Amino acid sequence: MARIDLDHIRHSYLRNPVKDADFALKEVHQSFEDGAAYALLGPSGCGKTSLLNIISGLLQPSRGRLLFDGKDVTALSPEQRNIAQVFQFPVIYDTMTVYDNLAFPLRNRGFSEEDVDRRVKETLEMIDLSDRANKKARGLTADQKQKISLGRGLVRSDVNAILFDEPLTVIDPHMKWVLRSQLKQLHKRFGYTMVYVTHDQTEALTFADTVVVMYEGEIVQIGTPSELFERPSHTFVGYFIGSPGMNVMPVELDGAVARLGTQSIALPGAVKSSGAAKTELGVRPEYVRLGREGLPVTIRAVEDIGRHKIVRATLEGRELAAIVPEHGEIPAEPRVTFDPKGINIYADSWRQELVA
Amino acid sequence: MERTWNNRAWFLVLPVLLLVAFSAIIPLMTVVNYSVQDTFGNNVFFWAGLDWFQELLHSPRFWQALARNLVFSGIILAIEVPLGILIALNMPKAGWGVPVCLVLMALPLLIPWNVVGMIWQVFGRVDIGLLGKTLSLLGVDYNYVQDPVDAWITIIVMDVWHWTSLVVLLCYAGLVSIPDAYYQAAKIDGASGWSVFRYIQLPKMHRVLLIAVLLRFMDSFMIYTEPFVITGGGPGNETTFLSIDLVKMAVGQFDLGPAAAMSLVYFLIVMLVSWVFYTVMTNYGQES
Repeated sequence: MARIDLDHIRHSYLRNPVKDADFALKEVHQSFEDGAAYALLGPSGCGKTSLLNIISGLLQPSRGRLLFDGKDVTALSPEQRNIAQVFQFPVIYDTMTVYDNLAFPLRNRGFSEEDVDRRVKETLEMIDLSDRANKKARGLTADQKQKISLGRGLVRSDVNAILFDEPLTVIDPHMKWVLRSQLKQLHKRFGYTMVYVTHDQTEALTFADTVVVMYEGEIVQIGTPSELFERPSHTFVGYFIGSPGMNVMPVELDGAVARLGTQSIALPGAVKSSGAAKTELGVRPEYVRLGREGLPVTIRAVEDIGRHKIVRATLEGRELAAIVPEHGEIPAEPRVTFDPKGINIYADSWRQELVA
Repeated sequence: MERTWNNRAWFLVLPVLLLVAFSAIIPLMTVVNYSVQDTFGNNVFFWAGLDWFQELLHSPRFWQALARNLVFSGIILAIEVPLGILIALNMPKAGWGVPVCLVLMALPLLIPWNVVGMIWQVFGRVDIGLLGKTLSLLGVDYNYVQDPVDAWITIIVMDVWHWTSLVVLLCYAGLVSIPDAYYQAAKIDGASGWSVFRYIQLPKMHRVLLIAVLLRFMDSFMIYTEPFVITGGGPGNETTFLSIDLVKMAVGQFDLGPAAAMSLVYFLIVMLVSWVFYTVMTNYGQES
């Protein structure tokens, strides 16, 4: 296990990158602590897989250094870095048995057959496939194959980190759940450093202690699931996390008051400096209260999703979503108020601290 | 759920059935018909039973030609399959090199077979051919018209030149269908180049290789045009393959009965060997 430091890593798929826009991955300067589980969350094309491949060594970064426990590994091959990676589609060696699949990385590294046997048997126990050791790998189901991919990483007791690249994409919904909890167990028991790439917020939030949200080649926020939820530091995080995403409305600030069209909203505090080109107010649907007081809205639709209702409304010509308890009342002349602790102000998409 | 049976559906199969009947079954039955009869011309036929088959199976001429065919196909497969795989492995996977290589590879396949024969017939001639003349100037005793070994070498090299591309193209198709993740996983597992070939590329090429081997076996076993153009079956009978012998018998000597019997035996051999190849190669690695 190792601590992974990304030291001013940038990557471009062009030969001679000059401008910022040439970089698929804009400066990432970040540390992954030894033994922690991280999720890299972001939409397709945000650079999260590039970042993962830079860590594993499948991709050489255009700029910057990569350190494992303080040792520079930027120039090392994936094999020398001694990491494990699980890909989106299960990679198994079709013609080999499950046992031989797991033994493969060890045999390639010249381990003695005794060591191989001991390690493989242990790993088979860990991934719960002991009863299929001598079956051909090709006959297995997708989730079993994915476990073999994982197992090929786990057999090396000294792997520096285990990287996952959307590993549950081809797994059945039910098995997704099972596999995800098995991964968490493995992490708890053996304390691997794990980095998990996904575009599925549920996966990210349930898997990781720390979620790294990426957007257009940069990290926009790093935090615990609740931090991402309560204080999204970028409007993208607000949209991307939560269902439905955060309501973001353009406003004009006047001290501790935000003006939205003809309406005014009292803020818990004022923004220190202004002068941003674009100011927005973000409030999660969970913090929108529907009642008889506040700002007048027009309700367009109510979606009953069982545990609660999602009210789709229009406020000053802007779409607004609100979450109402399952048996909550929806008044005939509805108005909304925002819970002050759920109000965020964004200047040019980045969150601003409010000073009371 | 109840299955609905509708026998009218058979009518939909009728067109293709007719097509197959006229293109394959009926001609084949004519051959079967000839193979059990004898004729002295004038459309008068006598029942001959299995005489032609017995005669054929006791004729050294048939066995020699069959042996030549088997040796030829064996050599062709032994050269073209490994060579084809090797070339496919070394072809570029991306960039401008891909279309260039593909076109170069496809070129020999586009040339009509008798033209291929003509090209090599001229190419190898000692008096005017580029290859033959050069070799004799270099002091190599090469003459495909007189020397059986030279004749064989010429035909084999020609077939390799003509048909290796097919194996290459099929293998290449198999190779490019392997997702990148496999190579990446192999890198992480520390696999050597040989292991990557043995455990990733070869298994993924398995199906296309089956097709390549079958096609190359059938085609080489039925080779006719090229040796006919180059050597005419000579020197002596050294390059007389079953197909050449068959045409001599049927068209040259007009021995319809024996020729028909031979056609059937020939057909059965091709089918049998293809079936063996197919069964062996599909079963390989399937047991769990």
